[in-house]
Amino acid sequence: MELKEKLVASFLAFENKVSVDTDTNVHDIRSNAFDHFEQHGFPSKKDEEWKYTSLKSILKYDYNVFPEAETAIEFATVKKYFLHEIDSYKIVFIDGVYSSFLSETSHEGYDICLLSAALKQPKYKPVVDHFFNTIAGKDNSITSLNTAFSKEGAYINIPKGTVVPKPIQIVHFSTGNEAELLLQPRNLIVVGENSHVQIIERHQSLSSNVVLTNSVTEIFANKKAIVDYYKIQNDEKSASLIDSTYVQQQQHSHVSVNTFSFGGNLTRNNLEFFQEGEHIDSTLNGITIIGDKQLVDNHTLVMHKHPNCESHELYKGIYFDKSTGVFNGKVIVEKEAQKTNAFQQNNNILIDDGATINAKPQLEIFADDVKCSHGCTIGQLDSDALFYMRSRGIPKREANGLLLYAFANDALEKIKIPELKTRITKLIAKKLGVDLGFDL
Amino acid sequence: MLEINNLHAKIEDKDILKGINLNVKAGEVHAIMGPNGSGKSTLASVIAGREDYEVSEGNILLNNEDLEDLAPEERAHKGVFLSFQYPVEIPGVTVTNFIKTAINESRKANGHEELPAKEMLQKIREKAELLDIDRKFLSRSLNEGFSGGEKKRNEIFQMAMLEPKLSILDETDSGLDIDALKVVANGVNKLKSQDNAVVLITHYQRLLEYIVPDYVHVLHDGKIVKSGGKELALELEAKGYDWLK
Repeated sequence: MELKEKLVASFLAFENKVSVDTDTNVHDIRSNAFDHFEQHGFPSKKDEEWKYTSLKSILKYDYNVFPEAETAIEFATVKKYFLHEIDSYKIVFIDGVYSSFLSETSHEGYDICLLSAALKQPKYKPVVDHFFNTIAGKDNSITSLNTAFSKEGAYINIPKGTVVPKPIQIVHFSTGNEAELLLQPRNLIVVGENSHVQIIERHQSLSSNVVLTNSVTEIFANKKAIVDYYKIQNDEKSASLIDSTYVQQQQHSHVSVNTFSFGGNLTRNNLEFFQEGEHIDSTLNGITIIGDKQLVDNHTLVMHKHPNCESHELYKGIYFDKSTGVFNGKVIVEKEAQKTNAFQQNNNILIDDGATINAKPQLEIFADDVKCSHGCTIGQLDSDALFYMRSRGIPKREANGLLLYAFANDALEKIKIPELKTRITKLIAKKLGVDLGFDL
Repeated sequence: MLEINNLHAKIEDKDILKGINLNVKAGEVHAIMGPNGSGKSTLASVIAGREDYEVSEGNILLNNEDLEDLAPEERAHKGVFLSFQYPVEIPGVTVTNFIKTAINESRKANGHEELPAKEMLQKIREKAELLDIDRKFLSRSLNEGFSGGEKKRNEIFQMAMLEPKLSILDETDSGLDIDALKVVANGVNKLKSQDNAVVLITHYQRLLEYIVPDYVHVLHDGKIVKSGGKELALELEAKGYDWLK
């Protein structure tokens, strides 16, 4: 049975099981999303937005859609996947099931907990009804699939005027208990006026079994809120991820989403920003370093709808072997959005002959008093720079590594958590196969 | 120290060096002058081992060892240093970290332990002072946003740190105002000893007022057409290059 048929057939059974949300409008949302998915199915390469990324190879598996078995993991064995150097809140899932043992949640001053809890308890109903699935792409069948089936994920609600004193880590482990596993986590993040929160998200497979994660996150930043979101994608080569993140911003808010894609089999990031006020700042950063036959596809959208807003987009890609990169950066400046400053940059380096990048900057500007720029480069390592370094005694391999590090560096500079920056830098050094000889 | 015999080099089938002979002994300063396109920078690059050039004839010996099969980094490890006409910008890598890496790679290649951090720091401080370099400058990204003068000063700083046997300074005077030129020249003079040698590549004799060469060679169309003492530079300044063609 094809995956789509299997999912359609199991929806009724699923609905009965999650009778939890019958008292909210979530039930209707699920039904509509399910209908949408049933009608459209998975996208194919005929779909313009999926022209360069085929899901065929990852849809052929007989995924277990409802893993039930609870598996315990010792913290020591997974410690390295956490930013353990600093204190943090943790929301941890193992094979899609919440692990209270590994988590550290909070209801004091703010809610950092589970979406399943929020969907179940009446006190969360106003927030859920107001925000849940209001910005997630309703014409995106993959997001609809998540909406129909998702029951677990992070629920973060920060009331106004609150600075969350430590980062929140959302970590999804898959253990390999299932030969082939489909996970569909769903995060709802609401950040109140003048509040500040930092979030780190990671999906990590602990075996070489096949995993497909279809994750959806909705982020709402109220007036003057600051949200810094970091996605660490450094998974096993048998793990694929489709991540769809939707961000809605109110006036004077600052939201940055930083995506570090260093691993996995197929990774698709849909990242969409919707500006709903003036003086908004949206930042999109990405570093991709992949090899073998890996694929990373960054699809971004920034909707400038009001005057005096900014967006800063910087994606860097380094492609080894036969890897493939896709960058599709859409910026829309509506007629109302005068005095918009929108900057987009996408720089790629192809190391080996078999590596490919498909880059498509897409600017649609309907206002006349705006500053918009985009730059897209595809190149190889600068031979002058390489010779310069080698002539100073730095061997070719290390010189290559240093140059690639230098290339990715400006996207690294944006990381505001120093320990995370160090971690990412080390990951990059490892990925580039160099010991840089000093602590960066 | 450096012995170049009948050196021919080409890039993409274009002959650039057409039979260079040069002998530089320890303790000497040689100047190589010549008009644009005569092959000065090519000669510098070929000695340093740039792989874009193909040596089609002749050889380069450093302390009697043929450099032909050595990669640029291996030549550096043996004591060759090239100061670039256009130093390359490397964002995200500070001057200090870059030079630390360079020094320790050379030490590793020569079978030495890495230089202890304390000694490294002391050495950096000492050499920075010699070249009148501000401490803040050392924590900036290598050459990124540096002025022409800062880039050249940084090249000589690296030379001071690496203590090469043979230094080739390619147009180190270009882009320098007179004050910066004096600082750089003063640095080079202080680093000079009976154990090392310097090859200055320059278009003008201005630099030679501050770093006085023992020998001056004129390069034209890939060959050394005239050699002489330091007075040759003055003659060139007065008459131009045309009379040598």
